Amino acid sequence: MAANNFRHALFCAFITLIISYPIIGFNLEAQGINVTLTGADASTIVMVLLAALIVFLFQMFREQIMGGLKSIPHPLPQSNKEPMAENRRAKIESWVLTGIVIFALFWPFLVSRGSVDLATLVLIYIMLALGLNVVVGLAGLLDLGYVAFYAVGAYTFALLSQYTGISFWLALPIGALLAALFGLVLGFPVLRLRGDYLAIVTLGFGEIIRILLNNWTTLTGGPNGIGGIPDPTLFGMEFGRRVKEEGNTSFHETFGIAYSGEHKVIFLYLIALVLAVFTALVIRRFMRMPVGRAWEALREDEIAARSLGLSRTAVKLSAFTIGAFFAGFAGTVFASKQGFISPESFVFLESAIILAIVVLGGMGSQIGVVLAAIAVTILPELAREFSEYRMLIFGAAMVLMMVWRPQGLMPMRRIHIELKRQE
Amino acid sequence: MLVLEDVHTHYGKIEALHGVSVEVKKGEIVSLIGANGAGKTTLLMTVCGNPQASSGRIFLEGREITREPTAQIMRSGIAIVPEGRRIFSGLTVEENLHMGGFFNTKTEIRKSQEHVYELFPRLKEREHQRAGTMSGGEQQMLAIGRALMSRPEMIILDEPSLGLAPLIIKQIFEIIGQLREEGITVFLVEQNAHQALNLADRGYVLETGKIRLHDTGKNLLENPDVQNAYLGG
Ligand SMILES: Nc1ncnc2c1ncn2[C@@H]1O[C@H](COP(=O)(O)OP(=O)(O)O)[C@@H](O)[C@H]1O
Ligand SMILES: [Mg+2]
Repeated sequence: MAANNFRHALFCAFITLIISYPIIGFNLEAQGINVTLTGADASTIVMVLLAALIVFLFQMFREQIMGGLKSIPHPLPQSNKEPMAENRRAKIESWVLTGIVIFALFWPFLVSRGSVDLATLVLIYIMLALGLNVVVGLAGLLDLGYVAFYAVGAYTFALLSQYTGISFWLALPIGALLAALFGLVLGFPVLRLRGDYLAIVTLGFGEIIRILLNNWTTLTGGPNGIGGIPDPTLFGMEFGRRVKEEGNTSFHETFGIAYSGEHKVIFLYLIALVLAVFTALVIRRFMRMPVGRAWEALREDEIAARSLGLSRTAVKLSAFTIGAFFAGFAGTVFASKQGFISPESFVFLESAIILAIVVLGGMGSQIGVVLAAIAVTILPELAREFSEYRMLIFGAAMVLMMVWRPQGLMPMRRIHIELKRQE
Repeated sequence: MLVLEDVHTHYGKIEALHGVSVEVKKGEIVSLIGANGAGKTTLLMTVCGNPQASSGRIFLEGREITREPTAQIMRSGIAIVPEGRRIFSGLTVEENLHMGGFFNTKTEIRKSQEHVYELFPRLKEREHQRAGTMSGGEQQMLAIGRALMSRPEMIILDEPSLGLAPLIIKQIFEIIGQLREEGITVFLVEQNAHQALNLADRGYVLETGKIRLHDTGKNLLENPDVQNAYLGG
């Protein structure tokens, strides 16, 4: 055992060496027209050796370390406790969510413009994660290309505003419905696949949409993106200093207050808040409806669900379409917030982050998703100084989380120990 | 009520059923016995359309269902208790039952739920418990209860006694007998040949994808071949 461990640790350290030395150690330098390869300097070599040593030690004492991690007391309820009665849980969840929403309504008036802007982004992620939660958490369909529907929503608004001058409020339902339509059409052939296969195909689909946006230059502007996407208006009132659209009035003139750039930011935030709450409420409604139970049943046991007369395609497709709908929603808000979009906003990493939010939050639970969205969006911002290591920190946090609390922050259904009893 | 005519079923290229003909009449209990791997589960799943028969015809109440999708077949007054129970272990007992009555109205669900609780008082006690935390016997009761929730005219059971203690098996068979009293047609698949044939009006013996014998339950019990092969001599 010990010898085995030692060999394993040595092997891991060796791998670390041969991977990290060329990546970190070698430098390509342009000298005039020639590119030369320079070797690593002494300090880099020391760092690489140190890293290998750490990997070696960790692998050597892995069991002890993991054991130590496990013995840290869980700050949240243990997973093996009897679940709270469903209605009590639901009640507490509603109260907490209501509290959060009331707080969120007043909050932007107290903080800086930058914070409000960031909070709007958090709300967009909450919408996205709530939507993906339906697909992954409830229906159990691993969708790695969710960002595609987000892109459809955003580009729908951007293109329609460019070609027809459509307003945000009209674009919102159109973007969402178009995204849902995409979900429906693409889901149809894809949803026969299971598990890993589905994940790969959706991943591919996400990439196809992005590449299409990138290369269809005549329509989408390609990598240059689309700019000049209008801000939302409030009953025909614009938030800019000067009115852009014929027939609109401006907010600050109507109310006779001084112009401030903050009005627009706060207004956008409030729209995002209202839409996020709307998303949460609609999805909650779905969860209580038979279709919500059908999603869960299909996730739990496909054969059993089908034996009860549920149509696999219809149930999966409904989850896929509803998820896509809310991604389109979020996409429209995002386009309006940024005023400019390009394919770069819709890379696979976005899908991964949204999925991470769902998993971290605990599949299926809404509060969990809200908390995780806040954590995942804000933590990297706080860690700005370490911006080069943001993804590293993010990854480490995910790994620790999975070791320490694999069921997520707030799992919808507590995992329970199965009691094996004599008959 | 249920008729299979010369049904063949394939898994890929491999044929698992080689022309099976079975009939279950209204109000009967029909038992199908056979060794492990004989194709019993395949036969039942073929009735449910998953997998579909590659040739032959299947009728339910005179209507041909051979090519119908599973979802449609399972909404036609037929219910199955699948092999290995397959309850939704993360849902509560009550939620499991409600899934069984998915296509029924609220009042119908309430009625059938009460009825299931009358048949299985144990389930009532555990109404709000996660189904996965129950014992095997209780899970089997739940699987039967869930199948009954759609108020089927015919119920198909795939080895309901599998892995259960004798006392629980006895209870389960009693309940199956009771179902007949209520006018539900029963198609029972078992390896537990003795009790299955005892209860049955008629029985079929399936061997490697073919029906070998077909007689009344009583005659099969007394048949020396059956005794040798399935009743331990
Ligand atoms: N999903 C499947 N794919 C391929 N072969 C299968 C599958 N299910 C069952 N079989 C094969 O079909 C035959 C009958 O199996 P089954 O119907 O499960 O028998 P029984 O229920 O009588 O034990 C067996 O040879 C088994 O290996
Ligand atoms: Mg079987």
